[in-house]
Amino acid sequence: MGKEKSFEEALKRLEEIVQKLEGGDLSLDESLSLFEEGINLSRFCTKKLAQAEKKVEKLLKLGEEFKLEPLDLEEEE
Amino acid sequence: MQPKIYTVTEITREVKDLLEENIPPVWVEGEISNYTLHSSGHRYFSLKDENSQIRCVFWRWQAFSLSFEPEDGMKVIALGNITVYEKAGQYQLYVEKLHPLGIGKLELEFQRLKERLYKEGLFDEQHKVPIPEFPQVIGVVTSPTGAAIRDIVKIIQRRAPDVNIILNPVRVQGKGAKEEIAQAIRDFNQYKKVDLLIVGRGGGSLEDLWAFNEEVVVRAIYDSKIPIISAVGHEIDFTISDFVADLRAPTPSAGAELAVRDRTELIKEMNSLLNKLVSLQKSTIDLFKREVESLVKSYGFKRPLDMLTQLSQRTDELYKALSKGVKNFFEFKKKSLSLVLGKLNVLSPLSVFERGFSLTRKLPELMIIKDAGLLKKDDRVEVKFLKGKIESKVEKIEKE
Repeated sequence: MGKEKSFEEALKRLEEIVQKLEGGDLSLDESLSLFEEGINLSRFCTKKLAQAEKKVEKLLKLGEEFKLEPLDLEEEE
Repeated sequence: MQPKIYTVTEITREVKDLLEENIPPVWVEGEISNYTLHSSGHRYFSLKDENSQIRCVFWRWQAFSLSFEPEDGMKVIALGNITVYEKAGQYQLYVEKLHPLGIGKLELEFQRLKERLYKEGLFDEQHKVPIPEFPQVIGVVTSPTGAAIRDIVKIIQRRAPDVNIILNPVRVQGKGAKEEIAQAIRDFNQYKKVDLLIVGRGGGSLEDLWAFNEEVVVRAIYDSKIPIISAVGHEIDFTISDFVADLRAPTPSAGAELAVRDRTELIKEMNSLLNKLVSLQKSTIDLFKREVESLVKSYGFKRPLDMLTQLSQRTDELYKALSKGVKNFFEFKKKSLSLVLGKLNVLSPLSVFERGFSLTRKLPELMIIKDAGLLKKDDRVEVKFLKGKIESKVEKIEKE
């Protein structure tokens, strides 16, 4: 939910770019810059996927405030 | 007037019509007695309480709805129509549904709530929110100790290690469960920073799953602005939460699978997109290359070159013409010069001598004489000719 472009948006844009390139009607400059954008997007997506944060947390409500606490499932067992 | 005399059949028909037309399908509670399962597959029994009993028939073709095997002494509720069995002159209940009491009551409650909420529009598709394709943070409402949360975490981490999971731990059965589940859903909506909720628990008896049939839970799901996947029990278990949720998953594990797309699949998809991109770009470049090549070959493109050769040819020609021109120019100048020289010649006093004129000057002062009146007898004059000159003495003067 960050301000950074989401994986979803990146993948959508990449699909869009492939479609545009497939459609033709582009100037060489346009197609080159789309291609470059596409390559960057694919790098971004792959990087995004590789970010293995593996965060599992627990939502705690303290009055009207919320707090997150790491959740250890083994301990809870 | 003679009273109408009915035959047995006629009066039985009258009674049958009266009963069957006036009593709608009813739920009847009682204890089973004289239960027999006939070889035909039909079941016959009586339902009784302290004071009365009623004959019941459960047809073979209704048996699919039976979730238990009835026996004598069992308390049940039965849904059916009152009919009259003409041969025996007996009224009886044609049973369509039969539930053991207790669970039967829950079932009934389930049906009633489901119907009421359905009529209210809580299950309408238009209220359902689409499940996001790539949630980054997933909220889970379930027990912290059940198998459900472990399955969900395991599957999400395997398929989408980039996704965060936030559990809002609740009791999922027993006292207080429904309030906790409903509150947890509202809390997530207040917290806001999750993209998707999975609400559920693992399998259990109908009573165990009951919290997910409670109106307070159903309404919390309905009111949620965050999309919700319900994941309660096993495949065969349906709860009202399932109907109101944006998506029903048959189990918690399936819920986790529906929530996130497998990243290895995504990477494959991405690579094929990338390959497509590269090959498309190659062909685009080829296309332009070919275009450039054909342009180079085209008359239009060759024209400047052509023009150049033509120009150089013209230059040569012009050069020739120019050098010729220059020569002509000089010749012309030469001609004009001789012409001018000619003119000069004409103007020159010498040319006058050539034409035979002569110049007379008075001596000794060499004054040019243009008027005979300027001279006296015996003045000395010099007469100059084209070639040579003489000195002479004035003999005679004629004035004009």
